[in-house]
Amino acid sequence: METIQPKLDEPVSEELMLVNAARGGDVGAFEQLVKKYDRNVFRIANHITQNREDAEDVVQDAFLKAFQNLGQFQGQSKFYTWLVRIAVNEALMRLRRRRPERMVSLDEDINTGEDTIPREVADWSPNPEQLYNQSELREILQKTIQGLPPSFRTVFVLRDVEGLSTEETADALNLSIPAVKSRLLRARLQLRERLTKYFKKQRGGDGQP
Amino acid sequence: MKCSEFLKELTDYLDDRIDAPTKAELEEHLHWCHNCYVVCNTTKMTIEIYRDSHLYELPDDLRTKLRSAIVSKCHGSKDCGPHTHDESQAATPTEKSTEKS
Repeated sequence: METIQPKLDEPVSEELMLVNAARGGDVGAFEQLVKKYDRNVFRIANHITQNREDAEDVVQDAFLKAFQNLGQFQGQSKFYTWLVRIAVNEALMRLRRRRPERMVSLDEDINTGEDTIPREVADWSPNPEQLYNQSELREILQKTIQGLPPSFRTVFVLRDVEGLSTEETADALNLSIPAVKSRLLRARLQLRERLTKYFKKQRGGDGQP
Repeated sequence: MKCSEFLKELTDYLDDRIDAPTKAELEEHLHWCHNCYVVCNTTKMTIEIYRDSHLYELPDDLRTKLRSAIVSKCHGSKDCGPHTHDESQAATPTEKSTEKS
């Protein structure tokens, strides 16, 4: 079976030049970095907060904090990974404000051992794209990922949607590599389980969950 | 190989981060275990469908608005003197110290 590879890294030398110029106070250079990564930061923030207004605020605050703290960026990790770390922190902070009654932490790792046991093992057929139109499909995907704990959701989004490597994801979230892999496996399996309820091969039924 | 052992390796298998002997062992299991084949295939489709979903795209008008706000705030921040705030936590976020209510 064909495996899935993360997106390849891009050359960073031009980016480092922009970072260095921005560090010297060149807002124009920083704007180039904003243009390069604003879509990614917006997506990540939306996935974590599940709220568009919060995501807009996260984009602004994360870039501003990055600009103000460029002096602390040592270049040991990529600028994007460093920026993602700031954005994730801002997004989690807003999620906590909105849901103060619930624990919101990347540390949460409730492993019952049962969340990886597949219960729905039906294949998907026809393809989800043939079963649903774009907006219906988008709604299903949003509803499904919303149900994951924030710690799983965040790892899945960075690793599988944004294409960060396992090491970069661990770096951005300040987690160990085994912790990232454990959350990723469980996020993938839980999403698969939930999506199967929608997409499973129809056998005389209407295919609806 | 048991199905539970296969599942433990599923993420590394899908990411192609396993050595050749383990990969051969997993593929041998996939060859005869229909359930694991389906789980593996639909997990791969799950990843692909999210990757290609274009969820939460940033509309152009909002993008322009946000960028202009960011640039304006950066200019304001520069005028106040760079790095004058005590924001050391911003660059090294404290995920580990989050509250647990």
